[in-house]
Amino acid sequence: MNLTIRDCLHGFRGFAATFGSFQLFSIRLLPYIPRIFARPLLITEQLYTIGALSLVLIMFGGLFVGMVLVLQSFTTLAEFGSTDSVGAFASQALVRELGPVVAALLFAGRAGSSVASEVGLMRATDQIAAMELMAVDPMERIIAPRVIAGVISVPLLAAIFSAMGIFGGYLVATQVLGVDTGAFWGHINVRVELGQDVVNGFMKSVVFGISASLMAVFEGYHAQPTAAGISNAATRTVVITSVWILLLDFIMTGLTMAKV
Amino acid sequence: MQEVRAIDFGVGLFILLGLASVLFLVVQTIDPGRMDSDNSYLLEARFDQIGDLKVRAPVALAGVTIGRVSDISVDPVDFRAVVQLQIDAKYNNFPVDTDASIATAGLLGGKYIELTPGGDTDLLVDKDEIEFTQSAILLENLIGKYMLNGSTDK
Repeated sequence: MNLTIRDCLHGFRGFAATFGSFQLFSIRLLPYIPRIFARPLLITEQLYTIGALSLVLIMFGGLFVGMVLVLQSFTTLAEFGSTDSVGAFASQALVRELGPVVAALLFAGRAGSSVASEVGLMRATDQIAAMELMAVDPMERIIAPRVIAGVISVPLLAAIFSAMGIFGGYLVATQVLGVDTGAFWGHINVRVELGQDVVNGFMKSVVFGISASLMAVFEGYHAQPTAAGISNAATRTVVITSVWILLLDFIMTGLTMAKV
Repeated sequence: MQEVRAIDFGVGLFILLGLASVLFLVVQTIDPGRMDSDNSYLLEARFDQIGDLKVRAPVALAGVTIGRVSDISVDPVDFRAVVQLQIDAKYNNFPVDTDASIATAGLLGGKYIELTPGGDTDLLVDKDEIEFTQSAILLENLIGKYMLNGSTDK
């Protein structure tokens, strides 16, 4: 009994310490953010490995999520005779929730883990220490470009995901289920709101982009300098980022709902 | 010929696709009936019962959308629902005896406000109140009444 309480306390202390050092790490990174735009090539390189190489996964994912969404909602909507609004339903779900959340989860799995293991390996092979010796700040050269590229990439990936999803839904609805093309787009036009749906979804994906890329570099930067430590960092990145994204999504949805 | 670097091409493609998607989402979701406050004016109408009328519901004249419901509140004095109508400035020649009624789009569709112009020569201007209103007809009340009447006839 005594042992379990002490274990819990110990676990909580560990969690609080990690959380605190994550916050300090983020604050330490802040002054590097404006400086990094003086070296746009570093960002371009990261945009390629983090963003452009995630394109195929995101587009594929979005396409099929949209198709399944339309297929699944069609039977229920058919009961009420309102199959025309299947497009509005699917695109509202995509733009508000699925686009930002699933794109961020896929991003954490595809790019977050690779960034964490890359930075972790740099730590393990003393590349970071070598940079410090040469008076090159690793925060500026390694961490900041990856974070900036992640923050730029995730909202764009989320938008691509949603757009591909709507396109996939359009294909299934009009070609397979026989929904009228005009009705499909018309309902989207009227029911999906720019301010409430698109902008809120965009804000979500910006927040997810910040948290996902910060957690990836944090885990990599603080990885144990061993083989197991690097794989651990990659795993922790995916798990912790996913949990935080889902948690933040709930909070942000609650906040935007409260405004209505 | 300068060689195109894979990184440049990839990043360019990625950013272009992303921006195109944002543009697509924005264009597809802009409501053609959207109005800014410069080109519109406000009218007020009081109803005993608004059903499930929502903010941003259409305001129609002869079935054509000419405005939106911009605000719904309750008057604390007479306990009636106060509905603000934001109407396109093009349609600024409503007589003062215009009638506002809450209609339903289809059997199960959303509620909207239908305006029926009267015959007065005086016109409604910004922030005027529409005197003649008809409350929403609640389908469930109608069914209830019908059933009660049926049982008393027997």
